[in-house]
Amino acid sequence: MLLKNLCELKGVAGNEKAVRDFIKKDLETAGKNTTIDRLGNLIVTNGVNSDIHIGITAHMDEVGLMVKGIDDSGLIRFTNVGGLDPRVLVSKVIEIGDEDIPGVIGAKPIHMQKSEERKKAFTIDQLYIDIGTESKEETEKYVSPGDYINFISPFEPFGNHKVKAKALDNRVGCFMVMELIKMNLPIEITGIFTVQEELGLRGSQVAANNLDADLILVLEGTTCGDLTEVEPHLQTTELGKGPAISLMDRTSIYQRSLVDKLTAVADYHKIPWQYRRNSFGGNDAGRFQHSKGGTPCLSVATPCRYIHSPVSVMDERDFEGMKKLLTLFIEDLSKGGVL
Amino acid sequence: MNKLDVKTLNTLLSTFGPSGNEGAVREFIKSEIEEHVDEVQIDALGNLIARKKGIGKKIMLAGHMDQIGLMVTYIDKEGFLRFTNIGGVSPTISLSQRVVFENGTIGVIGSEHLESVKDLKLDKMYIDIGASSKEEAEKIISIGDVCGYHNPPIIDDLKVISPSLDDRIGCYIMMETIKNLKESPNDLYFVFTVQEELGLRGARTSAYRVEPDIGIAYDVTMTGDTPKARTMSLKMGEGFAIKAKDNSMISHPGLKNHLVKEAKNQNATYQIEVLEFGGTDSGAIHLSKEGVPSSVISIPTRYIHSTCEMVSNKDVLGAINYSTKLLTKEFDF
Repeated sequence: MLLKNLCELKGVAGNEKAVRDFIKKDLETAGKNTTIDRLGNLIVTNGVNSDIHIGITAHMDEVGLMVKGIDDSGLIRFTNVGGLDPRVLVSKVIEIGDEDIPGVIGAKPIHMQKSEERKKAFTIDQLYIDIGTESKEETEKYVSPGDYINFISPFEPFGNHKVKAKALDNRVGCFMVMELIKMNLPIEITGIFTVQEELGLRGSQVAANNLDADLILVLEGTTCGDLTEVEPHLQTTELGKGPAISLMDRTSIYQRSLVDKLTAVADYHKIPWQYRRNSFGGNDAGRFQHSKGGTPCLSVATPCRYIHSPVSVMDERDFEGMKKLLTLFIEDLSKGGVL
Repeated sequence: MNKLDVKTLNTLLSTFGPSGNEGAVREFIKSEIEEHVDEVQIDALGNLIARKKGIGKKIMLAGHMDQIGLMVTYIDKEGFLRFTNIGGVSPTISLSQRVVFENGTIGVIGSEHLESVKDLKLDKMYIDIGASSKEEAEKIISIGDVCGYHNPPIIDDLKVISPSLDDRIGCYIMMETIKNLKESPNDLYFVFTVQEELGLRGARTSAYRVEPDIGIAYDVTMTGDTPKARTMSLKMGEGFAIKAKDNSMISHPGLKNHLVKEAKNQNATYQIEVLEFGGTDSGAIHLSKEGVPSSVISIPTRYIHSTCEMVSNKDVLGAINYSTKLLTKEFDF
């Protein structure tokens, strides 16, 4: 399954090659033209000519870790690449570098912690990676500073229509863009798979300068806070309530008239949907919307619990709903009169 | 010109326009200035670009149409609205204020019971529109609807008070300048921008489109003239200000000196502004493309981002007269 393949690929920000190669091959097999820009963004056209030209974009990168140094004992020190909560890291299984050297993230065991230490979470500086070596020299044979570190976390369906995987943020979006490009919808579409979104929307900043579109759809896996201890008004989205449509986030405010057109399509076809209900976070829309002379954007996302961790969870029905909604909306766009 | 156009200013200040929802302000400004300019365009983000053609340098004048506000994020069972901020909204100032939505609905801002006023945060607060259930509230308001402080303008012989002076007063100065200006050797682009309060977003895209040689923003700035205020040399009523620096840019020295020289030539009452925080549209304009020499003409304003921002009529009139004469001449520096 394509989404499974995508999620299991290595793609920490700045190291998106495996993801890019996979998407490129798949779309070229489908007969689409692809180009790669100097920062590594992958740009694909669907081969249709029409008056209206839309961009559909998703970022390829995921959050992860990078080797910072090696202790005399052979244990590895590391830093985060993108926003990661250090509290989720301890005891996770990882792999390092191009050779996929297996390792585990360790910390001082509970027996050796003083009582006040037990009350505090480990910071990233108190954690290390153990690859089973016994000295600095031995570790250096396999690992060097600058190597990327990836979580090992297989994509698995479970429970009631749920899926668990790493990197649902944002392989969900990548998958959607690939599908929409391959559908041969009757409208000119440029697909933009960006790099380094998790480091501050960097790929999109460059990609946006090479794009002239009438509308850009930014597709994502987004935060989902439907947890009992989070008050309802502070929950961004809820799992199983359909694709989440953004009104405002830290990097964009979306044109309400366009948002209303999208939700009208969902309502007409009875596709459940929800607003992304608070303004936390940001995404590539912040760059696409405000680059050059400005381009209207819409953000649509599948809610994902526990994103920016080794395991995130989504509901397949939200995902299917998002695909259906986007397909119908783009068909409407192609008929004209919407923009 | 020695008197404010109370009717125009009153309408401008009363028109609904939180960031991202500047449509009504744009329509009003457009209707007021259309006959006085050669071209009017609206770009993809909603910036209003009015051009007065000339053969000389391309000068972009920018004032932002948007004001800070709130956006509804959640409606609870009892019909109370939770919200997020659009721009820099203070919880302390917001408590117990009235707000108005685009459809005219008025609500008040309340807070959960808190042990200490220090715990007051926007996510502990709500808007009460008097609805008694979610269903009743949803008939009037939907998630994503935005509102601004409701406090009708006061304009007397001395001062203007309104929650939207930031930056309708800048828009007003530009509108009046457009109306007063007869001939100009410059190619003037008066840009009424969107989304300044969210990070100078409208200025960024409009500057890309206009490609100006010079950028001048019109915006409000703080004062240091109230009891035990933070140290700042500006005083309300002692003239408009020519900006030296804020957090978004340092004025281009050549342009700043030109503005000062012109003020002296005109015998205009002016002050020099050094603002230690905040930014204006010129912050985005001066970094557009290959860079644009930029500065700001500021109006000293008390109580910025509150329900009762205050400016002096003298400073506003001074800025209009100064700008009109300034733009009638070439910019040599």
